[in-house]
Amino acid sequence: MSLLTIRDLSLSIGGVDILRDVDLSLEPGEVLGIIGESGSGKSMTALSVMQLLPAGARLGGSITLLGEEIIGRPEREMCDIRGRDVGMVFQEPMTALNPLMSIGDQVAETIMVHRRVPQAEAQRIASETLDRVGLPALTFRRDRYPHELSGGQRQRVVIAMAIAAGPRLIIADEPTTALDVTTQAQVLTLLKRLVDEDEIGLVLITHDLAVVAGIADKIAIMRSGEVVEAGAMPGVFRNLSHPYSKALFEASSHQPARIPPAVTGGTPVLAVEAVVRDYPMPRRHLFARRQAFRAVDHVSLRIERGENVGLVGESGCGKSTLARAIMGLEPIQGGAIAIDGSGIDPRHGADFATRRKLQVVFQDPYGSFNPRQRVDRLVSEPFHLLKGDAPQGAERDKRIARALDEVGLAASDAHKYIHEFSGGQRQRIAIARALIIEPSLIILDEAVSALDVSIRAQVLDLLAELSDRLQLSYLFISHDLSVVRAITDRVLVMKAGKIVEAGETEAVFAAPQHPYTQELLAATPNLERALRQREGMA
Amino acid sequence: MSTVTMQGGQRSLWWAALRSRNFVIGAVITSVFLLMALVSLVWTPYDFAAQNIPNKFKPPSPENWFGTDHFGRDILSMIMKGSQTSITVALVAVSVGAAIGTPLGLWAAARRGSLLDEVIMRMNDLVFAFPALLIAILITAVFGPGAINAIIAIGIFNIPVFARLARAGALSLWQREFIMAARVAGKGAARISAEHILPNIFNTLLVQITIQFALGILAEAALAYVGLGAQPPIPSWGKMLADSQTMIAIAPHVALIPGLTIVLMVLGVNLLGDGLRDVLDPRLRRSR
Repeated sequence: MSLLTIRDLSLSIGGVDILRDVDLSLEPGEVLGIIGESGSGKSMTALSVMQLLPAGARLGGSITLLGEEIIGRPEREMCDIRGRDVGMVFQEPMTALNPLMSIGDQVAETIMVHRRVPQAEAQRIASETLDRVGLPALTFRRDRYPHELSGGQRQRVVIAMAIAAGPRLIIADEPTTALDVTTQAQVLTLLKRLVDEDEIGLVLITHDLAVVAGIADKIAIMRSGEVVEAGAMPGVFRNLSHPYSKALFEASSHQPARIPPAVTGGTPVLAVEAVVRDYPMPRRHLFARRQAFRAVDHVSLRIERGENVGLVGESGCGKSTLARAIMGLEPIQGGAIAIDGSGIDPRHGADFATRRKLQVVFQDPYGSFNPRQRVDRLVSEPFHLLKGDAPQGAERDKRIARALDEVGLAASDAHKYIHEFSGGQRQRIAIARALIIEPSLIILDEAVSALDVSIRAQVLDLLAELSDRLQLSYLFISHDLSVVRAITDRVLVMKAGKIVEAGETEAVFAAPQHPYTQELLAATPNLERALRQREGMA
Repeated sequence: MSTVTMQGGQRSLWWAALRSRNFVIGAVITSVFLLMALVSLVWTPYDFAAQNIPNKFKPPSPENWFGTDHFGRDILSMIMKGSQTSITVALVAVSVGAAIGTPLGLWAAARRGSLLDEVIMRMNDLVFAFPALLIAILITAVFGPGAINAIIAIGIFNIPVFARLARAGALSLWQREFIMAARVAGKGAARISAEHILPNIFNTLLVQITIQFALGILAEAALAYVGLGAQPPIPSWGKMLADSQTMIAIAPHVALIPGLTIVLMVLGVNLLGDGLRDVLDPRLRRSR
């Protein structure tokens, strides 16, 4: 008997069609990977199984779980099914946990809802479950709170909650997207182990082909509410038939064409000498001396004209702090930063003439723009740095049109508001804003991390093309090693405020020297490597 | 295409406004009172100060729509003239509060965590800690009663409301990436506050202005009631209530009409504020 069968599932919310003719099935002990970009309906499929759809949703077709139909069940019966038969793991472990409940109580709660056991017994089962997900009671006391754990540990607690009542099916919606690569690898291994041990079925929803390639038994690729490609792993990846899934496959290992820059020497665009950034910590008691947390510890780096340099590291390693210090948004406690040969005053930041040479593109395409201004005003914001020399009237419009044209947008887009653009277009506007005063260095702080893979490939192409044509240098900050590999000439690996390894990108990726770099590379999901490994096993 | 969608956006805002029942009712009531105040500048049915003792305590009739009071004055004329006082005092007081409080809050947020932030906000707490009426009595004791002093007293108490609201809104905005982008473009705190932060908290401030306006009308009525507001012969709703309370058994309409007027005006402005919030906050709009 199939664990989960979805037949001809259709869904509309408020008259808008979300899903059409979705067919999926899952056996116990299997992993089904559902892959799709944002808006493809992959999460809605999962929520249909849980019957947790928003108001105004209309379902058609059939969903059977353990041989019983789910659609049309009254809410009271669904409450029993959720948690007992189906567990769910969410993307963001911080928001999926109640910050005021200890981890032991949270896991015990799921058990008490579904099994008539006394509190002490529930606590005992919860403790065992936490043991199973790799949080032993000796080191992780059950009365600790979510904020005392790291992201990966929190996600383990969420998984413990999902499996506590012994469900037959776990739905994991982007369970590792918010985690660092090394943690991601551990969480995936844990999920796979639980599936094997308990014969649970796992539905793994993700946008990342490489994540799925490592552990799924079969996959379904979704696009605008339909399954366009489905099949068993790893064969399906070799015989993709639908043009969209082919495009997705290519985009996820996309390498933009680049001309290696001719590094001419001369003044480097950016020279960072032994920079130190300390954050004062709160006093332990009234008369104690303030301790300092060293976020950036004697970091030095150089970027030559036209050169693209990657800065990789996991969250909290100090890479963004370093970027803010270079931008002059944070004071530094030691060392020196020079942009195009002119130094930055450690207390007051750079003067306007120096700042003109440096621009920045941020991660979040939705938060990087003032929603109340039109694109022309948004894009021309850096003109402020030109003071009196800022172009006016027709000249200003011409410059705006050129910047928009440079990133593949139309000049007429200047009169629109930012909400009229998609995420990828917004990131192009962010690049246009950085380009408009013709800087020599652009800091890209996780600039493509929030984009879908196909959009990401386009933006990477654009960045590579701009860098070649305009002799731009990038400082490309990212946690995603495959992206860094695609676009940079040199790479720096940062850990706990220090640069642990630096060198030519290809050399570092081919033969990493530092153990941390090796660990990072091994943990990074790699589609081709995973496929080859599994084909070898088969 | 750009202009079309933009017009569409503004049109949909108007649509949302017209479809919000709260907004429409509130707007109608408020405009009736505003109109009344404007008309009373040039015309009232009778002279609001003219006494006609033989004609006292007349119930509502075709000649005197709302009847007459214990001096035989026409109540409708007094209500009309009184709306002038109420609206002026409340509006000016709220404007003063918003005009001083908002920049203070923005300044504190721009220097968040500093001594200045601390000083500004603790002074706001201090003002909040005093009972409003006490300060009003203090002010009138020093400067004498009158509409201007009522404005000052109510205005002072609006400052911390706006300072806190502006600071709270600005604090979360300062963390956003578009503010970071503006800082990279070399813009200073004052410029960022005016250009990026103020427009983004304007909706919240606008809604708060309507709420404070309604409270201001109540406060003015309260001050007038205890004799600290506008002085006779300038009529004021609160004063009319105070004068009529001993005669409520003889002629109930003399007390009822100014009382109901206050209720209606405050209700109208509150509905307007509620409606504005629904219209301006797209999240609330969608959930309806």
